[in-house]
Amino acid sequence: MIRTKLLTRRFGPLTAVDRLDLEVSEGEIFGLVGPDGAGKTTTLRMLAGLIDPTEGEAIVAGFDVARHSEKVRDRIGYMAQRFGLYGDLTVEENMRFYADLFGTPAEEAARLMPELLRMTRMGPFRGRLARALSGGMKQKLALMCALLNRPSLLLLDEPTSGVDPLSRRDFWAILEELVSSGVTVLLTTAYLDEAERCHRVGLLYRGRLIRCAPPAELKREFVERGLAVRRVGARQPVRPERPSLEDVFIALVQEELGQQP
Amino acid sequence: MSRRRTLAVARKEFLHILRDPRSLAMALAIPVLLLLLFGVALTLDVDRIPTLIYDADGSPQSRELIARFDGSRFFEVTGHTRRYGEIEPRIDAGRALLAVVIPPDFSSDLLAGRRPRLQLLVDGSDSNTASIALNYAVALLAQYELDVRAEAQNRRVGRILRPPVEARLRVWYNSELKSKNYVVPGLIAVILMIIAALLASLTIAREWETGTMEQLLATPLRPAEIIIGKMLAYFSIGVADTVTAILVGVFVFAVPFRGSAVAAGAACILFLTGALFWGILISAVARSQLLAYQIGMITSFLPAFLLSGFVFAIETMPRPIQLVTYLVPARYFITILKGVFLKGVGLGILAGDFALLAAYAALVFLVATRKLRQKVA
Repeated sequence: MIRTKLLTRRFGPLTAVDRLDLEVSEGEIFGLVGPDGAGKTTTLRMLAGLIDPTEGEAIVAGFDVARHSEKVRDRIGYMAQRFGLYGDLTVEENMRFYADLFGTPAEEAARLMPELLRMTRMGPFRGRLARALSGGMKQKLALMCALLNRPSLLLLDEPTSGVDPLSRRDFWAILEELVSSGVTVLLTTAYLDEAERCHRVGLLYRGRLIRCAPPAELKREFVERGLAVRRVGARQPVRPERPSLEDVFIALVQEELGQQP
Repeated sequence: MSRRRTLAVARKEFLHILRDPRSLAMALAIPVLLLLLFGVALTLDVDRIPTLIYDADGSPQSRELIARFDGSRFFEVTGHTRRYGEIEPRIDAGRALLAVVIPPDFSSDLLAGRRPRLQLLVDGSDSNTASIALNYAVALLAQYELDVRAEAQNRRVGRILRPPVEARLRVWYNSELKSKNYVVPGLIAVILMIIAALLASLTIAREWETGTMEQLLATPLRPAEIIIGKMLAYFSIGVADTVTAILVGVFVFAVPFRGSAVAAGAACILFLTGALFWGILISAVARSQLLAYQIGMITSFLPAFLLSGFVFAIETMPRPIQLVTYLVPARYFITILKGVFLKGVGLGILAGDFALLAAYAALVFLVATRKLRQKVA
């Protein structure tokens, strides 16, 4: 579904994304994790065809994003990190607007909109202005708008930041339902507990992909290689037998930096 | 270009407008307010000049002269003084703009056939008004002299002689030379430019600021569809403003409307379209509402006011500035409006101005589309 080769984006002297090789297959939930400024958003924007790569290429849903960004956009659903819908329009008006933009046929939209509202349990709020929604509901609305394109690939930029844990669980349940119906999901997240739910995660650090594997495999590597991590407040580094993904991530970053824990 | 997407943008934009009643009220009320304020305040007519009289002669002849000043609509005798020294403080205080000093030997010189001397003192701090006031005074005195001389001659020869040459003046198109007759059409152009550029200049900048633009760009929506959709929504407000402004001009200020309504309507549509595209272009470039607002204000208001031939005649500008005025769409619009309002000329004579207005709108649209095509980063 996604294949990038040496994908690079520079902003002046800063290399935001550095020679990224990434592969995401169909039906996968892929999590791109990393600290702020690691290049997650830039990667996603390139994959969505919003900015052009400086070097390298990316094939998304069968098309080169630099050359055929319109074709790519026709096949994906993109959710920006910032809530990008209109606060002074209602839930339904926002959805109708996006259905028009995507050119969703009228009867298809008439079938899809109630279905999405039911799936997200947003039905009772269809007439509410978007600015009066809670953080979690805003994200659900944004997801619904992205889904009106009937995309085969969803690109979600930190879809659950600023969302309470309950709504977050809700949101994940929806994602899993979508994936079971054949949609591929690439999301970025700063929450490592959330990354555990992805089929595979890519650890992005300073623009470079330092690992890309299923969470369980990363943890196994941690144990097998006897990596150590210094946890918050602890004086000595520890080698936990059942490390969290956070332990793995910190250890790998420290290794990348050539530091001993 | 997809009709569905363009109309979706227009509909959405219209909802924004309707759900912000304060801005909507402003957009509709401001033109009327501006037109009333400017229409009343911005009279370039000089009349009822406050005039101070120092009559040291006190003869029937001097009183006859004073009566002429008093009877003219250009002068209003606001005071008499018996001391020369009092003139200066009165002019300083702004209580008189012009002082007429009649010397003690005025009537005796006049009756003896010598040319009497008068002194006119004028407040030159506003040179424009001062020179107009002086011209009126000189004209009045010339007429007075002519009349006195004719009367004396008539008395001498015992029959009525007419002055050898008499000019008969006819002013076309604005027969009363009322400044409101050209101020109001000009104002309509300025106001439309301000409203259109300001309203539209905020619209895309707002989408950049609130982050909705990024979401839009991830859809198949094309820049041209965004621009035309937004233009359509604001166009309706612009049309409402135009119609109000014209009605206020015709019914409140009694500006004659001699030409065809079709020509006026077509000009308004072209001009509005161009002005709205201009606002959208600013918006696409500025990306911040504050910056867009400031650029919009400066680039719409100033050229429309100063370089359009509205206040200052283009023919009297220095050559380089004259060339700049060709870039100001208000110039063509004002030409058309004056032509339609005052001269009653139609499409035939104004075709060139129409073509240039259309060219302006098309050019700005193309540039705006290109600017918007640049991506998020």
